[in-house]
Amino acid sequence: MSENSMEHINKKEIGINNVPTEKLPDLPPKPFLTQLQGFWVTFSAMFKKVNTVQYPEVKEPTAPRFHGRHQLNRHPDGLEKCIGCELCAWACPADAILVEGADNTDEHRMSPGERYGEVYQINYLRCIFCGLCIEACPTRALTMTNEYELADETRGKLIFEKADLLAPLRQGMLMPPHPMYPDMDDTNYYKGEVPGAHPSQSPGGGNA
Amino acid sequence: MTNAELLATDPGWLIAVKALLIFAVCVVLTIMAVWGERRIVARMQFRVGPNRVGKFGLLQALADGVKLALKEDLIPTAADKIVFIIAPIISATTCFMSFAVIPFTGEVTIFGHKSAMQLSDLPVGVLYVLAIASIGVYGIVLAGWSSGSTYPLLGGLRSSAQVISYEVAMGLSLVAVFIYAGSMSTSEIVVAQQKWWYAVVLFPSFVIYSISMVGETNRAPFDLAEAEGELVGGFHTEYSSLKFALFFLAEYVNIIAVSSLATTLFLGGYRALPGLTFTESWLGGWMGLIWFSAKVLAFFFVFVWLRGTLPRLRYDQFMQFGWKVLIPVSLLWIMIVATLRVLSLKSASRPVVMAFAGGVVVIIMVINIIYDRSQQRKARVGIEPDAPTSFAVPRLPEVK
Repeated sequence: MSENSMEHINKKEIGINNVPTEKLPDLPPKPFLTQLQGFWVTFSAMFKKVNTVQYPEVKEPTAPRFHGRHQLNRHPDGLEKCIGCELCAWACPADAILVEGADNTDEHRMSPGERYGEVYQINYLRCIFCGLCIEACPTRALTMTNEYELADETRGKLIFEKADLLAPLRQGMLMPPHPMYPDMDDTNYYKGEVPGAHPSQSPGGGNA
Repeated sequence: MTNAELLATDPGWLIAVKALLIFAVCVVLTIMAVWGERRIVARMQFRVGPNRVGKFGLLQALADGVKLALKEDLIPTAADKIVFIIAPIISATTCFMSFAVIPFTGEVTIFGHKSAMQLSDLPVGVLYVLAIASIGVYGIVLAGWSSGSTYPLLGGLRSSAQVISYEVAMGLSLVAVFIYAGSMSTSEIVVAQQKWWYAVVLFPSFVIYSISMVGETNRAPFDLAEAEGELVGGFHTEYSSLKFALFFLAEYVNIIAVSSLATTLFLGGYRALPGLTFTESWLGGWMGLIWFSAKVLAFFFVFVWLRGTLPRLRYDQFMQFGWKVLIPVSLLWIMIVATLRVLSLKSASRPVVMAFAGGVVVIIMVINIIYDRSQQRKARVGIEPDAPTSFAVPRLPEVK
């Protein structure tokens, strides 16, 4: 195409030339003393309170819903909530989560129901703390804490294993593996009807 | 005794000691100035600034210096090696040289020897300072050119254009001082300000000098040469390690140098504030050094204050301001000052001087009124809307 071909095109098609332009009026300059007000702003700022938080010495609480380190939660009797479904791993846009599920057996029960997460890793070098994994989790097994101090020296240390992520045992919890609460199934667990560990769940407790 | 007479009897070892002192004080002052600047600017921005290294972060600049020295010293492949190495050396050496003629004190006793804290007293001391400042530009322009890279080249060009333009205004503002003091020797100018500081007598000159010294030192708001947003680092983009440190040092020493010159020429140098002249004899004359430092530090604070307050100017506005405002105004001012001086030297009667001064004021007012009128008329006529321009738009797909 030659340069002349531009002439044939209807000017309206070009569009940009038809946008009405408007000349804005030039603002009159401010009086000289008004212009100097900025100097007072910076000068007076020197004697005002600083906004800096002296971080390592002073730590301010985060917003309550701050996206910090993840946590794998437990049922009130100590069984893990994670069922190894890998939905979090699939939801993760940064491909930071690795889950390998395994079957629960009567002798080795980590969670109510059929499956539990045997391997659970979150790579904090990849994690962008978007929280999509928390939204994806069907059992509220995965939530986030407000902990934000996640720096470390090596790459390996920043891949958190299941042991690093699991919530600690609280009052009335028993360290799994152990059987489910008597006369309750995974649905009861899901509905939150388990009050805490039953004596029969402790090792050898059923016989005593 | 004048400073020139005192210095004439200086033994060689005393001159060496003074030179060494000037160098050491300048380097230490640079370190402190970097720290002070960062702290002050931080406070102006509701921050704390460096407070980790040493008490109050006092050693921060020292730590930065050590870090700089330990960094890898890169020389780009495209660089002109020799010039690339010489450029920072020129910058860093010339900035110290102007201190040679600055009188820090009047008559004092140094190691039992009657002298003054001034390295040498040239009869054309201020011209010497201007000459040295011009040589300093070579450091910048050569650094920009020899880096073999686009941004440094642009930064170097900008900054040399800037420094040269503002040197004109600076030189012109000093002429009024020469006319009034009747001397170009720094120590004699200080003595000539016994009664009135030239900052008061020659206020327009003082204002012009204060503006142009900021332009001269490439400092905010005139730091176009190293406009980070546009030119990365300007002329020193390709520099690293100690060579970069030299430029850094030069910048701060230059600030102190122009502040010292301003103090000497306009603020009475080592003399006390008006009304506190009885303090001048304290500490055997060394009190002068304290007054001098206080004035220089006040100037330095203004430098920092400007940086904390004003945004960077656009390059064309900056050049327009230099050439179309500062230089004409200072030329006009020199003419007025010269006329007044001649009138007073010829011992013209007071009414004649007053009539002249009044005439000047009237002429300026008339010019101002005429200018305002023309501006208003222009505004009334209104500006024709711009003719539609043909933008370079991409070709549309062919319509069949």
